[in-house]
Amino acid sequence: MIPSETPTAMTNRGQCWFDALSTEMRSIPTPVASLQAAEGELGAHPCHLLLVKPDPDNLYPRARQGEVGLLEGWGLAQHLNTLIEADATQFETTASTNSRITRRTIVALVDVPSQAYGRREEALGIHQALAAAAGAYARARQAGHPVIALLVGKAMSGAFLAHGYQANAILALNDPGVLIHAMGKAAAARITQRSEEDLDRLAATIPPMAYDLKSYASLGLLHELLDVDNADQPSDQDVRQVKHALEAAQAHIMAQQDRGLSHRLAGKNRHASREVRAQLRAQWRTP
Amino acid sequence: MPSKHSVGVSMPVKKYVHFADLNARQRARQLLDEGSFHELLGPFDRLMSPWLTQQDIVSQSDDGVVIAQGCIDGKPTVIAAIEGGFQGGSLGEVAGAKIAGALELALEDNLAGIPTAAVLILETGGVRLQEANLGLAAIAEIQSAIVALREHQPVIGIITGPVGCFGGMSIAAGLCSYLLMTREGRLGLNGPQVIEQEAGIEEYNAQDKPFIWGISGGLQRYQTGFVDACTGEDLDAVREAVITVRQQGIPEHHRSDRWEHFLALLHTLDPAETMDAAVAKAMLTRTSAEDDTATGAQS
Repeated sequence: MIPSETPTAMTNRGQCWFDALSTEMRSIPTPVASLQAAEGELGAHPCHLLLVKPDPDNLYPRARQGEVGLLEGWGLAQHLNTLIEADATQFETTASTNSRITRRTIVALVDVPSQAYGRREEALGIHQALAAAAGAYARARQAGHPVIALLVGKAMSGAFLAHGYQANAILALNDPGVLIHAMGKAAAARITQRSEEDLDRLAATIPPMAYDLKSYASLGLLHELLDVDNADQPSDQDVRQVKHALEAAQAHIMAQQDRGLSHRLAGKNRHASREVRAQLRAQWRTP
Repeated sequence: MPSKHSVGVSMPVKKYVHFADLNARQRARQLLDEGSFHELLGPFDRLMSPWLTQQDIVSQSDDGVVIAQGCIDGKPTVIAAIEGGFQGGSLGEVAGAKIAGALELALEDNLAGIPTAAVLILETGGVRLQEANLGLAAIAEIQSAIVALREHQPVIGIITGPVGCFGGMSIAAGLCSYLLMTREGRLGLNGPQVIEQEAGIEEYNAQDKPFIWGISGGLQRYQTGFVDACTGEDLDAVREAVITVRQQGIPEHHRSDRWEHFLALLHTLDPAETMDAAVAKAMLTRTSAEDDTATGAQS
């Protein structure tokens, strides 16, 4: 949470969209109160919806407004690993007799203002908690779970690395309230010793620095941008449309062989990322 | 070189080399077995950041990351060493792609039966804000590659300072099979200035160096279970530690899979107590002895 940049009350879009998307799902218990999970179907495929949300009673005060903190990181890790293990066991025992058994789709609903910034967090190893969550999402994807991140609000920095950035496909509402960045503008200006106006001027020609979705889309990291009528209070039509997009993304993922992230390299503003890999490969020595 | 005045056979005196004083290229070269260093995308390839020059920032011909293949203790290894002296060791598009790409190729080696392990020399403040979203994306790709590679061969992280390891790369550090630190190294998610700005000076005073070193320094991180060893500061000690953990192979439990252990400890927080190194140590070692016996995790 960056108070200076969000003077208004929290919109809590994450909760809104979770409720709207999970009306036909059943609630699933989670290890900590700031995580919410539901399970049902996406298309005809089993699907697990997962949200990091504000918990005003969080034992760790710096993580009460939806930040990803110590409990959230380790909680996500436990929740996801339990799911991965359960499906792996089921897959091994029944896949040979029932071809319809597959690993559950995981939809990470993303509205995370930041990682938790604080004294307790650093002392108790928040980096390791976030590693546990990022690692669990990566494991899930690599094990064959279709993993989709649906961005409905903020997707900031370490919080996004821990909750969403490991997905096979990233979908985002095409709305100014959706913000994907390494650091909020005010903080970035202070750290790089520039004014916010300077940052805006630079961002106009340097897409990776920009704060708008169109620039972000030019990096090739998004699977799809979704136009909705009301990102704060989704209409029935909005919900239907987003569900449809999730289904399409799921089908797209299931049709791919590759469980890695190489499909993110195709963006027009990721030329150097491709060039580095091509040259590394050319110079790599194999004994 | 032997002096003309030397008499008889003189034993070569092993010189003390302070690892943290070496630059990234020297670190990579000296960790690898003598004569085995092969740099990829070196300075003469001049693959530089396409974004820094547009901002009137002097770029560097290797973008601050050295990738080298070679052997450690005779075994195939790729090293990615981040140069803390360039842009604070921050990762932009090229620097990040060099690390992710090297790890991806190491994975391909393993899938082809070549047991290439990886060593990451982490000297970084995290995302390079001048290339913000491409730095963040690259770090996600590095994390993905570590998780894939560590199933085949160890990924070993080294943090010796002076910059330390912060931001998104501290999360990558937490995914490594093994982490090695020296007392001078520091490891944490958020840099002190950022925390002070976001949370206020009452929460976190970035000038309070003893406190910051106390919670994020190598000895504390070792004693609280976040790294596998706090080694001596010299090159030989660091190299020995790398060889030792490499020989242990893939750990039975990765540190990032110890949710049960950490969730149990985190719930013992006394919210009234002011957090410092001693409090953190008491909390994080409270039941770890029993937990380690039960799970067979690292000591």
